[in-house]
Amino acid sequence: MSTIEQELQLLKGLAISDKQAIETIYRENYSMIQSFVINNNGSADDARDIFQEAMVVLYEKSKDTTFSLNCQIKTYVYSICRRLWLKRLQQLNKYSTQVESLEETVFVEDEMEEHEKRDNDFTLMEHAMSKIGEPCKSLLDAYYLQKKSMQDIAANFGYTNADNAKTQKYKCLIRLKKLFFAQYKNA
Amino acid sequence: MDEIILIETVERYLSGEMTTQERAFFEDFRKNNAEVDQLVVEHAYFIEGLQKYGDLKTFKHTLQEIDAKLTEEGVTAVPALTGKAKVVNLWQKYKRNIAVAASIAGFISILTSGLMVTYSKKSGNEYYSQLVEKINQTNQELIKLNANKNNGVIIKPEVKVDYRATGFLIDGSGYIITNAHVLNKMKNIYVENNKGNYFSAENIYIDNVMDLAILKIDDTAYKTISNLPFTIKKNNADLGEEFFTLGFPRNEIVYGEGYVSAKSGSDGDSTAYQLTVSANPGNSGGPVINRNGELIGIITAKDSKADGVVYAAKAKNILMLVDQLKKDNIKYQHIKMPVNNDLKKLDRVQQVKKMEDVVFMVVGATNK
Repeated sequence: MSTIEQELQLLKGLAISDKQAIETIYRENYSMIQSFVINNNGSADDARDIFQEAMVVLYEKSKDTTFSLNCQIKTYVYSICRRLWLKRLQQLNKYSTQVESLEETVFVEDEMEEHEKRDNDFTLMEHAMSKIGEPCKSLLDAYYLQKKSMQDIAANFGYTNADNAKTQKYKCLIRLKKLFFAQYKNA
Repeated sequence: MDEIILIETVERYLSGEMTTQERAFFEDFRKNNAEVDQLVVEHAYFIEGLQKYGDLKTFKHTLQEIDAKLTEEGVTAVPALTGKAKVVNLWQKYKRNIAVAASIAGFISILTSGLMVTYSKKSGNEYYSQLVEKINQTNQELIKLNANKNNGVIIKPEVKVDYRATGFLIDGSGYIITNAHVLNKMKNIYVENNKGNYFSAENIYIDNVMDLAILKIDDTAYKTISNLPFTIKKNNADLGEEFFTLGFPRNEIVYGEGYVSAKSGSDGDSTAYQLTVSANPGNSGGPVINRNGELIGIITAKDSKADGVVYAAKAKNILMLVDQLKKDNIKYQHIKMPVNNDLKKLDRVQQVKKMEDVVFMVVGATNK
């Protein structure tokens, strides 16, 4: 059983995506969620999906400085997973009776709303990214996501100098932006 | 070009790289120019979104890695079912009713399967064209060339190659799924992997009704692949579900993508899907993989009259097929279906890279 300090330590680690912390949380909570999902009409794959989604929620929360966890990590993760799974069941029209639940839960409606919005944004960006094609995708990935320097990028992608790479990067960025905002207009 | 300079300026402004003077100038410029102001707001929002996306993507990737590690350690293993006693009780209580129900069900299923064979769809549609390719002499030479390139692998005796199709592993120890109509046409069967190595394979099971068959690589040069990247979807795929497929319509692996366009195959065959994808002779036996990395079907045939209308056997048939095989022959009890999905959340190119290793070209001589 972890003490409060240990849990806070874990959350701090999670906020900076410390692998050890993520693994500990994963290890300590996964089987509980797995048996919950499997006992309620789901498969092991569903359980993995739901659990990883909940981990994302917890991760985002841990980065939020105004957030303070007023229950155990276990209870929080369980509550999130329970809500996510209920929603999934509803979507699949499998929702008939109340989901079997023996653990204590906390109120997580706000988190759900934020999560949905974030998930939506993520999908939109992913979709736009998947449409721009190469070399734009790798170029933007290297600069904005992997945070590589323009010099490294120029060398890796075979541009004669950093300025050329930069111009190309901006061209790509403008294209991505157009694709990204076009989805908003269509929606 | 103007747009690029503007964006660059905005980015420098947002990241705080400007000198105080520059900054003051830009802020003034922004105040007096609504369009620029709008651009700054929009760009800040967009870059934030992009960074969040990158951050989440990295995090999700870490989760996958940890999951893979824990799966290997057995931490995430599904616990065995409990509550056996209850089932036994129920069984004893309802034994008689079940026996009666089973015999009625048995009778009906014999009747319906009889009807199904009589009215078999596959012969009903004259445009149903199976996708195994009859190949000519030139291709045959190519295959020989490939075979000779292998160093270290024992070079096979020259094989006569008349037909080519596709197959894929369902158990890394060398069990390959392909179509029954493929194997019906062939003898002296060989499978070739994406590295150009090829192995002799034995036809161990054919089911002509499902049009599926299992090959076993019986070659000492073959090395077991310990983890197959995909899983098999037990439920029906959804209409409109996107997928990709790999196959050998040429002497080289070819990628194709499409979507599920109907939940039944030719003439309402409920054991198959209709897909919209481009497929050609040689694609038969190719895996159909959805975006979650689940196998949803096996390419079997296309409509020779209509464009892009392709039929695929549903993936759950594989489970039935393997069950039958295990029942028929105790020797194959150890066949294990893939359980870990490594493809989920990867982008398509990565998924294809992983799948390439488990898709094989199936070749053989005419079976007469």
